[in-house]
Order: sequence, then structure tokens, then C-alpha cells
Amino acid sequence: MLLPAYGWLLVSVFLPLGAMLVFSFLKTNPFGSKAPLVFTTNNYLAFVTRPYLVGVAWTSLRLGFWTTGICAAVGLPAALAIARATRGRVRQTVFLLTILPFWTNGLVRVFSWTMLLRQGGILDDLVHLAAPGAASAGLLYSFPAVVIGLVHAYLPYMILTCYLAVASIDDALIDAARSLGARLPTVFATVVLPLALPGLVSGSILIFVPVIGSFMEPRILGGRIGVTMGTVIEDQFTQAYNWPLGSALSFSMLGVVLAIFAACSGVLRERLAA
Amino acid sequence: MVRSQWNRRKFTSTLGLGFAAALASWPRRSSAAAAGTITVLNWQGYGTDLAAGLRQFKAATGIDVKHDYYNSEPEMLTKLRTNPGAYDVVLVNSARDAQAQVEGLIEPIDLAKVANAAGLAPAFGTHPNILIDGKTYGVPWVWGMNALAVRTGKGLQVDSYAALANPAFAGRGAVFDDAVTAVAIAALMTGQGINNPSDMKKIGDTLKSFKKDVKLIWSSEDEWNKAFAADAFDVSVFWSGAVTRAVNLRRQPVAFVIPKEGAVGWLDNLCIPASSTKKDAALQFIDFMVDPKFYAEWAKVGAPASANNATMEALPADDLNKQIHKPEYLSKLQFMGALPDDRRQAFADVWEEVKAYYAQS
Repeated sequence: MLLPAYGWLLVSVFLPLGAMLVFSFLKTNPFGSKAPLVFTTNNYLAFVTRPYLVGVAWTSLRLGFWTTGICAAVGLPAALAIARATRGRVRQTVFLLTILPFWTNGLVRVFSWTMLLRQGGILDDLVHLAAPGAASAGLLYSFPAVVIGLVHAYLPYMILTCYLAVASIDDALIDAARSLGARLPTVFATVVLPLALPGLVSGSILIFVPVIGSFMEPRILGGRIGVTMGTVIEDQFTQAYNWPLGSALSFSMLGVVLAIFAACSGVLRERLAA
Repeated sequence: MVRSQWNRRKFTSTLGLGFAAALASWPRRSSAAAAGTITVLNWQGYGTDLAAGLRQFKAATGIDVKHDYYNSEPEMLTKLRTNPGAYDVVLVNSARDAQAQVEGLIEPIDLAKVANAAGLAPAFGTHPNILIDGKTYGVPWVWGMNALAVRTGKGLQVDSYAALANPAFAGRGAVFDDAVTAVAIAALMTGQGINNPSDMKKIGDTLKSFKKDVKLIWSSEDEWNKAFAADAFDVSVFWSGAVTRAVNLRRQPVAFVIPKEGAVGWLDNLCIPASSTKKDAALQFIDFMVDPKFYAEWAKVGAPASANNATMEALPADDLNKQIHKPEYLSKLQFMGALPDDRRQAFADVWEEVKAYYAQS
């Protein structure tokens, strides 16, 4: 019965990934050339032979941490508000508004941010309207601009996963905590947060992984600042046409992500079990 | 105004006439089909697929033209290698001619058979990029320069690429996200050959010195135009043809400057794949493409400079393309030439490292 599912998994996930894995050990692109394939592990030494990539990887990780952190800080309260303070049609409407960014083309979304954030853009104008003497507030081509674009793109994941976790919290638990004299912050920290943790964790994973590989937002919103592992890998595929190096860098980043998850998983398992 | 009165009789007779006309045209069409269809491999929207041009070519020769597109030069080469016989004309950046020739992908062309090639600027007709082992491998079509675009109306004086490292332009510069161009500009600044610079360390350091000025690393003409219109920068590495489009089509306050160090030239040529089965039709199409009449059509929507002297001379004196692409510049240019794979990779590496350096806070 599961055969079609496994078949689909094989075709859609393992074949492309496997092909990329083979690519990552090649010396040159195999396209159309009649020369025999030469295998090498040199591509995996990229971080050693190109030390500047360490700094680039750190930029990507910082982007990941900032974006995931802000998504968590905004997403959990938003999910709580939707689950606890809305009903029926209002809830449907709020959900629709939450998911709306998903339905817009990513490129359109990013370019609309450039209009908003640039010097003399909409945001700048608003600031000057409120405080005419203020310095120019153009955020475009900066680290915060990239984070803003990424948060906007990925926040819905966090809200949805947190909502699922928060909605299943039994009201009686909160009532019990209140009747035992806990104030709201205590209720949040000791009852709601631990129960919402699975949602936060799955949301964070869903966001962190694509963010550290993102290239469109850094490229368009980051300007000079926008060099990340995502753009370096993209360059290998589209500009330098060094697919083997691009694939090796992708798998290296995958390794880094898995290592981070492995480091966190011990702590999380304890918390989730408690 | 008289409304045309259609009665049944008139309708029938018209129908009959139309039918007769269709019949009459039948054999002609089939002969046109015999002349066949050729397939062109090119960037999308780069002249050969201009609808008006294709209509004129079809009317003149009866040949239909189909297109396939590529998004990068390596993709073009891959398509030629893996689809033998699929293409009859291919647009090649002449810097790639040598590579395509070595692999046997393109065929020598007898320029004498291309009537409109008679007007080619001599520097192009015998350009070392296309003249390999005494044979010509492509018909030079359009060319351009990569140098500086400077905002007008602010009284800016720029005569050197060093402006990009000048503190006066802090945060007001932009560079093209292309390894070959970036290396070439640094090579011009340090007095090296752009296709085989001897001191790559110097290239990297020169590019790194732009850091404080570089606000944007643009990768498409559209991105450049949006940012320039929003006053994001004043001086930028840019393409000569794109400057004419920015001025003519978008009314941007910008001028093209060839700095004292010179400029990077590129030349695109139309080639015939060795595997083409319709070489005569392909040659006809190439001849049509270098025809000044076709260029006039293309120029309406913003064409790069033609490699055909006759074409450029036919342009009005105030034409911006003509003003920017002066024949006397040709001697000041270093043309992008063939690059072996390992050197191309070295260029890509140095540029990637420079970009990572720019990104550091």
C-alpha cells in the first residue's frame, strides 16, 4: 500500500539529491563533454581552500538565527491571539490574512519591499512625515532589510505550527494555574510555553533550513551586504557554472544544519518529554 | 460614413473569392514549407526573435524561424553539444568562439557569401576572436562596451575607474555582478591584460578597494534601472547599450563614460552550428540580421551597437548609440577573449571572495 508513496519519494527526493551528491564529487561538469568523469573530494575542502566562505557561512547562520528568532517572538503571540481571542468568521479572516503572503509570488513580495524600504521610499516618507527633521531612514541594502524580507516570507510557517500546538492546550490547565494564584507571565512561562514548544520547534526547523539557503532576499534586499551561502551556491550554478562545487557547498551546509539540530535535539528531547 | 451593406450575394462572392485566393496561394505555401524552418539559439528578446523582423524575413525568403533560448553561455554550449542538428543559427559571444571551434561545434563561414557583411567594421571582420586558423567562424553582429555610467546633473567629474574607490563616492557606487567584467576592470586599472592578468592578487585587492563605495551589486538591467531611478547610486559599472536604453526609453539622467584606463569590449557574432542541416537558409538569415534595414527596426526598441559600419553610419547624428559607440573607441578597448576553464574558475573565485569581503560589516 505504501509502495506508491515510497516510489514518489524515490523519484522526487532521492534521485535529485543522489544526482547532486554524485556531482559534488566530480571534478568538472559532465554536460555533453566526452571526457571520462574524474572524481575528487576537493570540493568538500572549499571551506579550507576558500577561508572567506567561513565568514559567508556565518552570515547565513546569523540570518537564520535572527529570522527564526523574530518569527518565534512574533509568531507565538500571534498564534495565541488567534487561538484564544478569535472565533468563527473573524478567525477565518485572520487566518486568511496570515496565509496571504504564501499566495503571492516571492519575487513580487521582495520587490515590493524594495519600494517600501529604499531611501525616499514609502517607509522613509512616513518617518519624515512624522518627524520632518529626522535623518533619512532608508533600510534597503542592509542586513535588517534582508531579515525583514525573510521574516515576512516565513512567518506564516511559525504561526501555523504554533497555532496547532496552542489550540490543543486545554483551557482547564490555564484555569487551574490561575486558581492556584499564578499571574499571567507565570502561566505563560510554565504552562503555555512548554506545551507550545513542539510547535515552536517544528516552526523553527521549517524556517531555519530554507533561510540559511536563501538567495533571492539577500541578493535583492541586501545589496553589497547580501552575500550568503545561498548566493554563493547560486553563483556556482548560474555564473561560474561549477555545479560540482555548488553541490558540495550545499551538502556541507546540510551537514552544518544537521549538526546544529543534533546539538539542540538533546536539550529539546528532555524538554519535550518533561 | 457609409456602413458597408453585406447582402447574401456579396457574401457568397467574397467567400468564393477568398476560397480562390486560398487555392491560388496553396502551392506557394508548400514551396515555402520546402524552404523550411530554421531554429535559432539565442538569448530571449535579443534581436533575432523580433516579430517585425521575422515577418519581413518570412515574406522575403519564405523561411520560418523558430527559437530556442539559453540563459548562460555554458548552457548555450551544452545545448549545442547535446542536441546536434537541432540548431541552424546560434548567437555566440565571440569570446566563446575558440572553445566552440575546438569542440567542433561551429562551422567556418565564407563572409563573401554574406552580402551585408561588406559593410563590417574592418576591426570586427578580422577580429582575433572570430578568425581562428585563418578561417572566420562567425559573422560579427553587435558589440558594446562595459565601462562607467555616471549620473548627470550633479556636476560629477569622473575620468577613472578609481572613482569607485574614491571616498567622495562612499555608498554611491554600483558594480556588475559578473566575475569576468569585475576582473577586467581591475586589470585595466592595474595595467594588465583583461583576459590573462598576471597578478590575480592585485586584481582582488583593487576590487576590494571599492568596498566603501559599493552600495549595490546589480545583476540585471532592470534591477540597475530601478535602483538608479530611486537615486541609490551615482557611478556604476554598466553596459554601453544599456545606457542608451536608460536614456532613450526611460529618460534617466545618465551618461556613459570611457575612463582613461580604457574599457572592456565585447562582440557577439552569429554562427552556424557544424551539425546544422540547413546551412544555406541559416546564411540567408544571418545576412538578413546584419542588414541595416533590420537594424533600423530593432533600434526602435533599443538595440546594441551594430558591428556593421554601414548601419551605424546610416543612423542620424544625434543617435545616442552612434554617439556612444564611436569607431575611434575601438582602439581603446580590450576585447573579452577566450578563457580556459581553470582561468574562468579563478576569476569566479576571486570575485566571490571580493563579494564576501564587501559583505563583511
